[in-house]
Amino acid sequence: MTDQPKTAELPGPGGNPPAGAKLSPRKKQQISRAVQYVLLVAAAVAAVLFVDWASLAQNFAKPEVAQESLPELFTIALKNTLIYSVGGFFFAFLFGLVLALMRLSPVRPYRWLSLVYIEIFRGLPALLIFLLILFLPLALPGFEVPGGTYGQGILGLTVVGAAYMAETLRAGLQAVPKGQMEAARSLGMSHGRAMVTIIIPQAVRIVIPPTTNQFVALLKDSSLVLFLGVSGEYVELTKFGNDLASTHANATPILVVGVTYLLVTIPLGYLATRLERRQGKGR
Amino acid sequence: MSPVRHAVEIRDLHKSFGSLEVLKGIDFTVDPGQVVCVIGPSGSGKSTLLRCVNLLEQPTSGTVVVEGLELTDRDADLDAARRRVGMVFQQFNLFPHMTVLENVTIAQRRVLRRGKTEAERIARENLDRVGLADKEGSYPAQLSGGQQQRVAIARALAMNPALMLFDEPTSALDPELVGDVLTVMRKLAEEGMTMLVVTHEMAFARDVADRVVFMDGGVIVEDGPAAQVIGAPQHERTKSFLRRVLDPTHTDV
Repeated sequence: MTDQPKTAELPGPGGNPPAGAKLSPRKKQQISRAVQYVLLVAAAVAAVLFVDWASLAQNFAKPEVAQESLPELFTIALKNTLIYSVGGFFFAFLFGLVLALMRLSPVRPYRWLSLVYIEIFRGLPALLIFLLILFLPLALPGFEVPGGTYGQGILGLTVVGAAYMAETLRAGLQAVPKGQMEAARSLGMSHGRAMVTIIIPQAVRIVIPPTTNQFVALLKDSSLVLFLGVSGEYVELTKFGNDLASTHANATPILVVGVTYLLVTIPLGYLATRLERRQGKGR
Repeated sequence: MSPVRHAVEIRDLHKSFGSLEVLKGIDFTVDPGQVVCVIGPSGSGKSTLLRCVNLLEQPTSGTVVVEGLELTDRDADLDAARRRVGMVFQQFNLFPHMTVLENVTIAQRRVLRRGKTEAERIARENLDRVGLADKEGSYPAQLSGGQQQRVAIARALAMNPALMLFDEPTSALDPELVGDVLTVMRKLAEEGMTMLVVTHEMAFARDVADRVVFMDGGVIVEDGPAAQVIGAPQHERTKSFLRRVLDPTHTDV
């Protein structure tokens, strides 16, 4: 190479790149970084110039309309969203646990039944389930879901949630080391007793992170309750926001409701992390 | 009932995993108060034999009688029988979601239906026996391997077993922690506990065991007093195994 001696003459370990030489990787990175910042600033300037901020604020963040949503936003809508999703989660968890235990049962028909249920209800859209529940009284005359509107909403979420929960819990049960069951059995516990005292508590700890995700998914699916034709005191967040937005011909309630969902889901994520860390002590 | 009842009596025991026959006809007994060590190369079937004694493994054929009760009888109450047989595992298998005290009380409470105060008193006595009275509030993950194994021994002892099974109890331990566990086991032997121990600790077998059983290839090759089997083995396979274990740097490759 011809420019090698020239580089050696320059002061300092790196020196300036000699004229005509290729750019160093560091230089290339600096240039690329600069281009990215320029693009970002350009996009921000364009947004400020071309977006009609006044109209946007009018339609999405109108304080008067937001004010209008109080206090029902919390006393009715959020309360109901929580009733539907916590209720659905509770029963989905119990039913999912039964399904998971059936899936691991030595009794072949149990395994088979559980598998069929999981495959069907994991594969169907949640909305379809809610529509089916709506038609339940037609199919079974005289039958009524206990708990009225709440019962219907919770049933829908349970049916869907249980299928997912079953698979999660099965994975959790199988993740508990085999030696735990052996130790419990060697102490004279029956299979069932060992499951309840030793295996299930550990499986539940293992599935805390995926279960948190499932609760968040269930919370969002609770919006489908609006297809049950709920009204008045039974409305949950999405229905509430939608109704209010229609009344005022303004999208602010949708934004307000969105923020309310996040008020629940984001702290929940932190809570799950903390729970996980606390349980980690026992691992 | 015969005048001398064996603590453990095994007759013509066979165990296969699929097409692999691990135990090929085992006959042996352990008398009350005896300490029997089972030695042998890995894959010889010694752990499987031990696990057949409390039916953690279902034998393919043969009889296992523990404390006069035939466990291989298909109508036997295994849960009741296992209460009388303590087991200590290579990997400790403590319950990680419970404190040390809970580990030692849970089976007393749920299986023997002892009251909380009584169960805790018995748990503390046994933790004291293994030298861990000060660790009752800790979780297993906060203990060293040797401490965990001693808790596991206390957990088994709290059930007042007539017989203790040890499945390579020191194989998963760091060398400097092996002594604590062996000392506890020796104390237990001196107190007259009936023990069946699968181990690679030849010094323990020689000093503590009343009898040593050497297994290889699914059969018992040699069975006799510790001094004889380890000190003056009769069979070539026993001699070769002991050479490898006692003098590992001079093994013929």
